[in-house]
Amino acid sequence: MPGGESHAGQIFCCVGALAITGSLHHIDRDLLGWWLCERQCRDGGLNGRPEKLADVCYSWWVLSSLIIIDRVHWIDKEKLAKFILNCQDKENGGISDRPDNAVDIYHTYFGVAGLSLMEYPGVKPIDPAYALPLDVVNRIFLTKQQ
Amino acid sequence: GRAYVQKRITHCRRNSSLLEIQLPPTPSRHRRSNEMHGQPRRPKQPEDDAAAAAKAAKLRELQVQVLHNHHTCTYTEEALGLSFKLLEINPEAYTAWNYRKLALQHNLKELSDPEAIKSSVDAELRVVELALRQNPKSYGAWYHRKWLLNQKLAPVDFKREYGLLDKLLKVDARNFHGWNYRRFLAKFMGVPEEKELQYTMDKISENFSNYSAWHNRSILLSNLLIQRSEGFESKEKIFSEEFELVIQALFTDPGDQSGWFYHLWLLAQTSTPDNPQLISSWPSNGAKLSLFPTRKNGDQNMVSSPSSICCYSLKEGIIPIVLYFNDPVKGLNPSNVKLNSDFVFDKDLQWRPLVITDSGYSNCWATYLEIRNKDCSTSQQFSVEVSIPCSDDIMSRSGSHCNCPVHFTFTVELGNNNDEAHDIDLFHDPISWSSSESFQSHGKPSCVAFDQLNITSALVQEESRWNLDRLSDEIDLFRDLPDENSKFAKLTLARLLLACAAIKSRGSSLIERKGYCEEALGFFSDLINLDPSHKRYYEDERSLVLMDQLTCDMETFMKYCSVQVRSNSATLNHVQLCRLSLTRIGFTERMLWVQMLDLSHNKLRSIEGLEALQQLVCLNISNNQISSFTSLEPLTKIVSLKALDLSFNEIGAHPIDTTRYMCSSPFSHKVERCEAFVECRKKSVNVEEFWDAILFFKSVNLVQLDIKGNAVADKDSFVTVVTTLSPSLKWLDGTCIH
Repeated sequence: MPGGESHAGQIFCCVGALAITGSLHHIDRDLLGWWLCERQCRDGGLNGRPEKLADVCYSWWVLSSLIIIDRVHWIDKEKLAKFILNCQDKENGGISDRPDNAVDIYHTYFGVAGLSLMEYPGVKPIDPAYALPLDVVNRIFLTKQQ
Repeated sequence: GRAYVQKRITHCRRNSSLLEIQLPPTPSRHRRSNEMHGQPRRPKQPEDDAAAAAKAAKLRELQVQVLHNHHTCTYTEEALGLSFKLLEINPEAYTAWNYRKLALQHNLKELSDPEAIKSSVDAELRVVELALRQNPKSYGAWYHRKWLLNQKLAPVDFKREYGLLDKLLKVDARNFHGWNYRRFLAKFMGVPEEKELQYTMDKISENFSNYSAWHNRSILLSNLLIQRSEGFESKEKIFSEEFELVIQALFTDPGDQSGWFYHLWLLAQTSTPDNPQLISSWPSNGAKLSLFPTRKNGDQNMVSSPSSICCYSLKEGIIPIVLYFNDPVKGLNPSNVKLNSDFVFDKDLQWRPLVITDSGYSNCWATYLEIRNKDCSTSQQFSVEVSIPCSDDIMSRSGSHCNCPVHFTFTVELGNNNDEAHDIDLFHDPISWSSSESFQSHGKPSCVAFDQLNITSALVQEESRWNLDRLSDEIDLFRDLPDENSKFAKLTLARLLLACAAIKSRGSSLIERKGYCEEALGFFSDLINLDPSHKRYYEDERSLVLMDQLTCDMETFMKYCSVQVRSNSATLNHVQLCRLSLTRIGFTERMLWVQMLDLSHNKLRSIEGLEALQQLVCLNISNNQISSFTSLEPLTKIVSLKALDLSFNEIGAHPIDTTRYMCSSPFSHKVERCEAFVECRKKSVNVEEFWDAILFFKSVNLVQLDIKGNAVADKDSFVTVVTTLSPSLKWLDGTCIH
């Protein structure tokens, strides 16, 4: 809301909405891109705002926003991928918010989606605004053209 | 000013051991308050399934009952009690909150006694408090409280509200729900900004690392300034005190980010928006355009007309006029950009922003004069004067308007119809990128306006958006920061230096930019070592600074300029900026005259900025890191572009397209119906696979294309796409394809 502190979750909602309405020109991409790339912590994960701990779900909120404004190269993707993979429960499956925590569907989804955005081998590419597989979005929009 | 601050810093350093203990991240501060975060992983016990099932059953039962009461509008004591039970376990049951709102409104209809009303409201406030105990970050709970106050049913208990906030913000000083509510409350109760500023001071004194407190400070100060609407004088005083405060914080703990972000905000507040100015144009003042300035004289020797510029678009009867401002502006039209000439132009001129987005604002604007030269048996010459008087319509984003009148004049030489000039075929042979001759041997320097613009009216302002003194003071201050490894200090220093460089934007002072650029480049090198995760951010910044440094003065820039002579003696101004590790491009206002540009063997992933180059005929971006056709959209704005070398890039190698939503496409709703899609489908091209290639090739008209060494070039149907949509294409990867 107006006057509120910047937060990556809110940022994704705004950037995504602007993207699908062809309104990205309202954004100062260098400024926002820098604030977002500063979410990468020493452990390689991403946080949601300054001086907070990294959390796998920000692999989606921050990463998709960066991709939409073409500034994703400003983070270290390899380090982030390692962080996400470290959040797996290798015995029982699933991904947690940070290493050695309990897994849940929410974080598993965002971990996998984040890996997809980073072109991790074997993961289907995902659309950064709609969070749907690219081939689904392409089919919907381009079939309309006939 | 400066001496005082210096004293304060010495005081801080001496006393830093006494200053606040940096609180380590406490579990509660970072605990997410619903059960999906911060739960330690433990091996699954057999009891777990049973416990989870029991909990789910209980919640479901409560939910069913509450929903039933909601649907039947049952607002009895008992029903309310059930909703309370539900919210106590799960404050995220949003419908239960709304049910309680409806219940309250219903039950209050029967009450008139203020005491009874207050009692009901207090009960609701209590429910919120209990819910917040369970989850201090419940959107539903916070909103319910705000809704209650907004109903204005009973006087607000100041102590209770602020007591709640104090408690919650003590447990978690970063709880933005709490801070949002605090801002709402202050406004609702008319608490003066000064009082709330004091609260932020208390929080910051407890712990400098409180981004939320600093943030609230920025909001409060913004409100204060709007209210007072005072002149710059007292604004200066307020901000001076803020600078002192934040510098104390930065010198105490340069490792904490909060102060650095606040400092950045302060710097932005203390720069006053300038009025936008024209900084470059094509043609430049005094330019002479013709189609074939190099002529054979009577002895059949080549004689070049030294001050003439070859304008190849004259062949098609088009003269682009490009205007480049120092800030994105909107509002150019024929009534505020006047053209004066003996020659009558064919149609009403339209000024268009040369930018790939649709905002209406652009640094770069263009129009295209059309010359119909039908019955010209002799050569003729005419001049064109472009003038921009002060205009309220031409405005930058900050609302400042163009207040510096400028004008420039150029002449055009039209040859007669029998002239050899009209037989120019630049592409009789394919363009080679390695053979060019020196600039001097062609006597061409005068066509290049290195001070961008010869303005023939007085320049109004020398004031700048930054106070150079303040910038210098800050630079000296941060140089003294004891921590050698503070990345934020180095980044801030680099930014301050570049702000100084930006002030030196006119004529002879341009060369002073080089010193600032040099030092900033040093900091970016340090930062790449200090902060390798963000290496590519620093590389992008470095590229822009490097481009500034190389092009800001004639002596340096000349080393990169040459002339390419074609087989029929036609010439192209050639700039080579290869092997410089450039990742992005800037300062293209200095290259509006360039006809042939070689950016090969760099690390470019973006070519934003090139759309301004309306004289560009040949572009080489081979051996870079271009990863999609959508990132090449700037090239679709260059009407004159005929030869493009894209070889050895990464187009087709990346499933994720990072400019997918930046470009004009069906996905951003900028392309509704595309004939090219239909045409390609008829040729069995899979549009879902090639939509970006199709949109690109239909918007350019290339004669020469090199694309080998890109994954997309090997795909079936790709050549079909290119040849279908490029009717003028003659050379493809070195082969003539007529």
